[in-house]
Amino acid sequence: MVVLAIVLVVGGAFFLTVSAIGLLRLPDFYARVHAVGKSETLGTILVLSGLAVYNGWELSTVKVLFIMIFVLIANPTATHAISRAALRSGLAPWTRKKRPENKDRKGTEAE
Amino acid sequence: MIRQRYQSIIIQSICSLLIPFIQLFAIYVILHGHYGPGGGFQGGVLLAVSVLLQRLYLGKEVAYQKFPPKLALALGAVGMLIFGLAGIVPMAFGGSFLDYAYLPLPGVSGAELRYLGILIVELGIGLAVFGTLVLIFDNFIGGRW
Repeated sequence: MVVLAIVLVVGGAFFLTVSAIGLLRLPDFYARVHAVGKSETLGTILVLSGLAVYNGWELSTVKVLFIMIFVLIANPTATHAISRAALRSGLAPWTRKKRPENKDRKGTEAE
Repeated sequence: MIRQRYQSIIIQSICSLLIPFIQLFAIYVILHGHYGPGGGFQGGVLLAVSVLLQRLYLGKEVAYQKFPPKLALALGAVGMLIFGLAGIVPMAFGGSFLDYAYLPLPGVSGAELRYLGILIVELGIGLAVFGTLVLIFDNFIGGRW
């Protein structure tokens, strides 16, 4: 039981680390939101299920299960809302070739 | 469900699914504040959050019909009044401020009376925080109400 809990918590910590690295390293807003929305949900759920397994079957475990369901529903919805609002307010997704507004910004910086 | 232009069906359905559970949890936190973590302030914040979520996903016009800001003002004032009365009434009956043992409730005494006094004060704090936070949000987004 303890071994299973340790495996779950370590796996959740791995996914949380991956999402933090993605938040720091990915190029633009949409990619960062994508990193946070998926792997952080999975990491949180894995850590909480590890805690539930370690705790055994009692009232606190049921509360942890409710928190897991809430995170599973709410986190992707919040990500969806944020990225949709960004797209509708006109933020262009990142591409490899440089956008004209980037060139403009560089020109103003050179001046 | 109110359909508007450019409205996401995911956000609408998930928010309308989550709001009753948030309110239920808020009431649990208020009423369970003597035994566990929580209390009036946290429960009031959760209640306010449910109303603010409704305002965010429904838009100002529809949400103001469902929960008008004047109702928030009235609820905040009533909560403050409950807290003030629970503090001052024991002073009139010989105790000090917020001394629940001197509350003039018939039929209860001792520890039970203190328990009821804490519950009354928590309810007052919860209502006051709820109304005040909703009012702060309404003043932030502006407009006349």
